[in-house]
Amino acid sequence: MRDIRLLTQMFIPGTLIGPFTQANPGLGGVCTFVGEVRHDAKEHGGVEALELSHYEPLTLPGMHELADRAFDRFTLMGLLMVHRIGVLRPGEPIVCVSAAALHRRDAIDAVDFCMDHLKSAAWFWKREKRADGWHWIEPRADDTRDLARWQS
Amino acid sequence: MITIVLLGKLADLGGASTLTLAAPLDWEGLKAALPPAMAEALDDPRNRVALNGALLADKAELRANASDEIALLPPVSGG
Repeated sequence: MRDIRLLTQMFIPGTLIGPFTQANPGLGGVCTFVGEVRHDAKEHGGVEALELSHYEPLTLPGMHELADRAFDRFTLMGLLMVHRIGVLRPGEPIVCVSAAALHRRDAIDAVDFCMDHLKSAAWFWKREKRADGWHWIEPRADDTRDLARWQS
Repeated sequence: MITIVLLGKLADLGGASTLTLAAPLDWEGLKAALPPAMAEALDDPRNRVALNGALLADKAELRANASDEIALLPPVSGG
C-alpha cells in the first residue's frame, strides 16, 4: 500500500496512520514520524508562520521517486508519505511518513531514509515569518550530512 | 510566449513568481531578458533550471520555444 500526497490543508496524522495500518494486513511493525512546525524561542525572533512553496512538475514526482528508492532499498509492505504545502502555523504537522514491514528494522530505516531525503533533497522552499518579516530558510550543512549517511 | 516560473528566493529577486518572455530563448537570451542581479544569480551553479518540468543537466543547453515553461530553482531549504 503506497500513499504519497501533497496536502494544502491542515491534517491530523492519526486519520492517515489508522487507515494506512489497516491497509497492510499481516504487517510485523509500523514506524511513523510526524514533523511539526517548531515554536522558536522569542529571543530568536519567534516563528509566526512557515510557508512552503513547491514546483508542481518536480515536487510530487520527486516524492514518488523517493518512495521507489525506499521500496528498492528496504523490504516494505507499505509506505505513506504526506507533506504539507502552503502557510502553516507553529504546532501544525508538516510531514508524516509511515512505513509498514514484516520486520521493524525495515520500517524504522525506511522512515529515517525518507525523512533525510525529504528534508534535504525534495523540491520545497521554506520561508519563516518572524516579527521583522519573512526570511527564506537556507540549506544547512546538517542536511548534507544526513544525506551522506545513505550513500554507502 | 515563454512562461518563467521563479521559485523561492529567486521570486523575490525577480519581483514576481511568474514572468512571460518572448520566444525563443536560449540561456544567454534568458539572462539578457532578466534584471542583472537575477542574471548573475542564475550563473550560480546551485541554482538549477528545468524546461517543461525536466531538470537540465547543463543550463547552457537551454532552448525554449513558444508555450514552453522554464523554472528557475534555487537550492531547496533544509530542516
